[in-house]
Amino acid sequence: MATVKIIVFHPEKCKGHGDCMKACSKVHHKNDKGGEWSAIRIEKSSSGFAMTNCNMCGLCIDLCPVQAIKRLNSGTVVLDKKKCVGCQACVGFCPRGVMRRAPEVIVPFKCIACGACVRACPEGALELKEVDLDDIREEVYAKHGRVCP
Amino acid sequence: MKGPEKTVDCGFRPITLKTGQGFETGNTRHEWDLAKMMKDHKVLAEHKYEKSKVVRGYAGRTLYVNLSTNEIKEKPVTEEMKRMFTGGKGFDLKLLRDAIKPTTRWNSEENELVMAAGPLCGTTQYSGMGKCLAVTVSPLTNMVCDSNAGGYFAPYMKFSGFDAIEIQGKAKKDVAVIIDGVEGKVTIETAPHEEVNAHLVAEQLTYMYAAEDTDSARQKVAVVSAGKGAETSYWGILNISFYDPRRKVARLKQHGRGGLGTVFRDKKLKALVARVEHFDGLSNNPANPDKVAATGLKHHREMRDLDKSQCNMRVVGTGNIVEVMDAYDLLPTENYRFGSHPKAANLHSHHFYRRFTQVIPDGCWFGCTMACAKVVDGFSIMTGPYKGMKFSVDGPEYENTAACANMGLWDPDWVIEWNFYCDCYGLDTISFGTGMAYYMEMYEYGILNKERCGGLELQWGNAEAILEFMHRIARGDKDEFIQVASKGIRRTKDWLIKNGWGDPYIIENCGMEQKGLEFSEYVCKESLAQQGGYGLTNKGPQHDEAWLIFMDMVNKQIPTFADKAEALHYFPIWRTWFGLVGLCKLPWNDVTPVGNSTAKEPAKVPEHVQNYADIMGATLGREIKPKDLIDMSEKVYNFQRAMNVWMGRGTRKEDRLPFRAMGPVTEMEYLSRKDRYDKQLVESIGLAKEKVAKMTTLQKLDTTKEYRLDQYQKLSDAVYHRRGWTQNGIPTPQKMRALGFTEDCLLDMLQERIDADEKAGLNVWGGKYQGSEKPPSADRKYWEKC
Repeated sequence: MATVKIIVFHPEKCKGHGDCMKACSKVHHKNDKGGEWSAIRIEKSSSGFAMTNCNMCGLCIDLCPVQAIKRLNSGTVVLDKKKCVGCQACVGFCPRGVMRRAPEVIVPFKCIACGACVRACPEGALELKEVDLDDIREEVYAKHGRVCP
Repeated sequence: MKGPEKTVDCGFRPITLKTGQGFETGNTRHEWDLAKMMKDHKVLAEHKYEKSKVVRGYAGRTLYVNLSTNEIKEKPVTEEMKRMFTGGKGFDLKLLRDAIKPTTRWNSEENELVMAAGPLCGTTQYSGMGKCLAVTVSPLTNMVCDSNAGGYFAPYMKFSGFDAIEIQGKAKKDVAVIIDGVEGKVTIETAPHEEVNAHLVAEQLTYMYAAEDTDSARQKVAVVSAGKGAETSYWGILNISFYDPRRKVARLKQHGRGGLGTVFRDKKLKALVARVEHFDGLSNNPANPDKVAATGLKHHREMRDLDKSQCNMRVVGTGNIVEVMDAYDLLPTENYRFGSHPKAANLHSHHFYRRFTQVIPDGCWFGCTMACAKVVDGFSIMTGPYKGMKFSVDGPEYENTAACANMGLWDPDWVIEWNFYCDCYGLDTISFGTGMAYYMEMYEYGILNKERCGGLELQWGNAEAILEFMHRIARGDKDEFIQVASKGIRRTKDWLIKNGWGDPYIIENCGMEQKGLEFSEYVCKESLAQQGGYGLTNKGPQHDEAWLIFMDMVNKQIPTFADKAEALHYFPIWRTWFGLVGLCKLPWNDVTPVGNSTAKEPAKVPEHVQNYADIMGATLGREIKPKDLIDMSEKVYNFQRAMNVWMGRGTRKEDRLPFRAMGPVTEMEYLSRKDRYDKQLVESIGLAKEKVAKMTTLQKLDTTKEYRLDQYQKLSDAVYHRRGWTQNGIPTPQKMRALGFTEDCLLDMLQERIDADEKAGLNVWGGKYQGSEKPPSADRKYWEKC
């Protein structure tokens, strides 16, 4: 059975420091601005903290016209910045809105499940968890496009 | 009739789940000695150039190639050229006019094929931004014809350093022109061994000119080719390639209309190749890439969320409207006699859905998420030289399927077969389909018969005969019918009348051509505005200037002549803008944003117009408003009409339509929609019901005809008036001056024509205005005060 590691969030432990996002922007953009420079996003709502992040469904792989996005043997979905032509199709079509574009950077970026955010969280609110790949993909593809009769 | 072997189960299936980075199409693999082919290329001319970056959408120079003299040179793009012509089709027309004479014809030495990108062409962040615009003096119309196509050629030409290419003269033997953005040189090379037919030559040259043996390198090569059919017919097209790394196939998009491929082969061009060293999301170098990307992203999300409940373009492509046209009596069947057919259900989009391979980014340029370029993979060819081989067939698109409906061809597999060979041989699907539909109707009436058709039995839907006709065109068959019929409907009409084989009225009015160009595939009998959309056009009856049927006939949004004239002023000019900047029109209105229906003018899709203004502004680095886009376009639209006048065309006489486009030609047609036409005799023409009941069908037909012909003339009056042209359809010097044209010879030429029209009594209204009806202006010379 194919598996993949994804980031899992435990909202009850989160205190909203934002250290995870700063660590993430450091990985992707070599700055600690967090926010829109970060792949992982923790936002506060009336019901508490919520995370939006990639679940490695891989729909973006099929959307990329230059095959810049691929799934590694580990199951992680990654984007090859050298191949990318900056079309934003993956950003626009991501069902979770987690393929992202940072300000003034044309090449998108996404979570690579590196674990930097997990290590940065002093509260232990984030976790790298191994999940079954097929469960994720089935849900995503079933919602993609209208099927003719 | 046996269909092809089904090699692909094209049910909804996410391909990457099973195969990762690609999949097996099942296509026949070709073995070629590419090294020998390349070795036998003799370089006839070479021009080295300095590689440079695109600046705010412009490469800043154009390329001139003369195949007679082997001259290659660069021309600068001036600020004046950008201001007056913007780019794309504007540049094409300017360069062409500077190179030809009013007497130039398609096969004249000085005729050029000009192909251009536009300042937005090559943008990857917004759907539909990779179009190539091409013009030439058409063999069908004897004046300028323009045509656009997707594929990678135009963006790669621009990223290699040129906004446009002019190809003049004729080579002695087959040649290829290579724009090499890797080495920074342009060459004219002999190409003795390559195939002519598009699928094969595109694949050969893609592999030959790829910088290395990788999919990624092959994706940086674009090939323009025609096909054997383009050599002998006037329906030749240009095929523009775009390599698909998943299918490992050089796929094709087409410059369809006007015989551009015929001119291409007349110049002995086998192929035109552009290869690019590198490109990325910033290669078009906009002033504000963030704004371009943010606007594109907004549109991508509309595609994601709305397409599935609107047009479903991403899944079935433009064929989604076959069922819509069928339902509204607009799908041309049996040569436009009818607008629907019981068997049309065989061609509804779900039949093609099953044959298309899904979940592949099927845009013809990077980043187009409308992705309407659908493909049937591993299709087994049933006839002709490639019988038994398997190919990935691009399409069918709506026009192709509807053209088959027009020929009475109701089997999806034959539609695909026919579509394959049209592209492969370089033949225009629209002109071929509309032409063949006309020949079939003439065959039904006995005006044509087996003997007169070189042994072909052209009954409706005879797929083998249709394909055989095509194979014989490609073989250069000398039979008189093949020779004449492949030159288009206009020449065939003249041939039929000359031979005295039938009633000239039937021959003239059943054949759906105007200005020499065949109609595209919509029945416009019940929409006067669309009759104008076809008839009052620059290049001939093609729906790319205006598609007003729903606005007019279904939604009744433009009831008066003035309303229709306004639509026939705005939409052709707006749609021309896409051609100036290198864009596809489909992402403008084939997906509409939430709330569009309550916008002030929903047919214009104002939010998307604003998107285009934003992207144009962000690319050029200055503020651009929607009105500015119209201003750019109105200049070029009028310039093209002025060019038509310069070449002795472009008047009311040329804008007349065959009656089949306006109403029923035959009694059978009248009777097929009797209730509708009888009702119109009462409600529109004002006859008493009792009187109508006593009329014969022939009398009703004549009354309907007289009324509709007058309606079209009144529409022409209103449209010419709104466009600021004379009653004979001539753009005036006053109008041209107001648009910024100052060139004396252009303005004098138009004035001379108007003076000649005045002497001939042609500057008068065409409609018969009775009672309270009034022409658009009380002043007959309204145009002098423009």
